[in-house]
Amino acid sequence: MSSADRPVSKRPLSPHLQVYRIQLTSLLSITHRATGIALTLGALYLVWWIVAIAAGPDAYATVSSFSGSIVGRLMLLGWTFSLFYHLANGIRHLVWDAGRGLDLKTTYMSGWLVVLSASALTVIAWIAAYALR
Amino acid sequence: MADLRSPLNRVRGLGSAKEGTHHWWAQRLTALALIPLTIWFAISIVMLTGADHATAKAWLGSLWPAALLVLTIAMTFHHGQLGLQVVIEDYVHNEALKIASILLVKGVAVVLSVVAIAAIARIAFGG
Repeated sequence: MSSADRPVSKRPLSPHLQVYRIQLTSLLSITHRATGIALTLGALYLVWWIVAIAAGPDAYATVSSFSGSIVGRLMLLGWTFSLFYHLANGIRHLVWDAGRGLDLKTTYMSGWLVVLSASALTVIAWIAAYALR
Repeated sequence: MADLRSPLNRVRGLGSAKEGTHHWWAQRLTALALIPLTIWFAISIVMLTGADHATAKAWLGSLWPAALLVLTIAMTFHHGQLGLQVVIEDYVHNEALKIASILLVKGVAVVLSVVAIAAIARIAFGG
């Protein structure tokens, strides 16, 4: 029997992503995964930086000039936000793992707290970096 | 409904993946370790903005930064490969490709963390 004449299943299908309106909770959840992936890529950059320090001034200069370029700065900005976001939301996850803060009201409150603290820490880190440069 | 698992299977509690809660637990422990390490790392990197090679080398060659960075690297790559494994398991449905991707991620994580730690050791021991 080919798939064309197979009878259509009468079982109800679970609604999928496109059916739901995006909510803060779901947006923060997928962002946690996205920033996690971004951070593993950022770890490559960290290894490059460490190896360049060991390799000598020439290799270090290459990393530094890349970091200072527009593309480099945008990547580092993304990395900074990802780091603070994943840190803040990771703490939120650990609190959930301890069985606390799982009701709807607290979940939204901690969610906004994550957005706020990740953004604030990113801004503070960049202001400090430019001030110390 | 009758429990079809054997008493031995039940008491071991290792489930269908044969590893029980090990993955979940390792992910949480590395996350916990990364909280203080990440805060230390972020502050250190901000302080090192625009540092020349000699400054960066002197920093990486001193005891505490070297030790803490080795820990940060180890925890980051362990946590990172555990996370990427879950992402691959969620989205890659071809069994061969899935296993190959997971092995690749784990292999790359081991190699990169060892390379980074070797580089730190070389600087710290005055290479």
